[in-house]
Amino acid sequence: MALFQLYLSIFFSFFKIGLFGFGGGYAMLPLIQQEVVYTHEWITVSEFTDIVAISQTTPGPISFNSATYIGYKAINNTGHGTLASIFGSAISTLAVSLPSFGIMTLVVTFFFKFKENRYVRAALFGIKPAVIGLIAAAGILLINRFNFIDYKSWLIFSVVFLASVKKIDPILLIALAGLAGFILY
Amino acid sequence: MKRYWELFYVFFKIGAFTFGGGYAMLPLIQNAVVDKKKWLDDKEFIDMLAIAQSMPGPIALNTAIFVGNKHKGVKGSLFTSLGIILPSFVTILLLVIVFTQFRENAVVESVFKGIRPAVVALIFAPLLRMGKNADITWQTLWIPITVALIVGLLHVSPILIIVLAISLGILYRMVIKKVINR
Repeated sequence: MALFQLYLSIFFSFFKIGLFGFGGGYAMLPLIQQEVVYTHEWITVSEFTDIVAISQTTPGPISFNSATYIGYKAINNTGHGTLASIFGSAISTLAVSLPSFGIMTLVVTFFFKFKENRYVRAALFGIKPAVIGLIAAAGILLINRFNFIDYKSWLIFSVVFLASVKKIDPILLIALAGLAGFILY
Repeated sequence: MKRYWELFYVFFKIGAFTFGGGYAMLPLIQNAVVDKKKWLDDKEFIDMLAIAQSMPGPIALNTAIFVGNKHKGVKGSLFTSLGIILPSFVTILLLVIVFTQFRENAVVESVFKGIRPAVVALIFAPLLRMGKNADITWQTLWIPITVALIVGLLHVSPILIIVLAISLGILYRMVIKKVINR
């Protein structure tokens, strides 16, 4: 029964994330973090940061990656086995995709009417600047004592920030930061 | 049935070989769907893109669903969705199973101590360019800043922000702008 309830709450959390996840990628992070770190405490904030790092270096959108990862962890951390955890992954990944499925199917059906609808346009006009704010919030939420343990963390942060603004490949930067961590700590 | 597997295969390949999330996938999707398979023409693709990125959910999935449905109906979109999801699902599943065993490992932990601040930097870095693309001006700059502060520091729910943004967008366009113009 407890396991079934956990599956249910994983399903609803990720369904919500899929439904309100405007702006894709980083803009969805505050919502995911709120659900899985603060509301349900399925993973810690450092684990969450590690998932973002893994997403930046593996194929696929960040919301799928985190759904798959967290679905597994949420079950596994409560002492259930690998098979039950894999099933958790499947549920979270399905749940995060379902809203897109419903919405995009509607969009195809009413394609041109939809594009011209003035309410839809007005809604999108409001969402656009908010999405930029949500991405900044995603960054702010990850600045904490778990991710920034000393001055060396800030050194890595500054170097990677500047290199990334100069368009250096993010996968290379993560690899180098990992190497720096290995040497410094 | 062969047509359906073709839809699956095209999106599976895109899902498996694009690193760095949705936007990196778009040129590949365009190449496969418009240039090679001719499932959509150029104009349809551009129009579709505008909608796929304004709807909730990952843009790669939204695109896959649209293309599959346009070409072969709901069943077609099931195959494209499965194709785009499966590669990352299998990759992350293998990683999490392995990672769960090694997370306590001292070497892994020190590597991630270096990676975590880098992750945060990678989130902040594209903000300026994105703000320009989203037509943020000095008059509207307060919106992203306010959102960033109340979500980032006060932990206000992002869902509330989205609902508010939709309502205010409609209120502004439908009421306030008309009053100003009168």
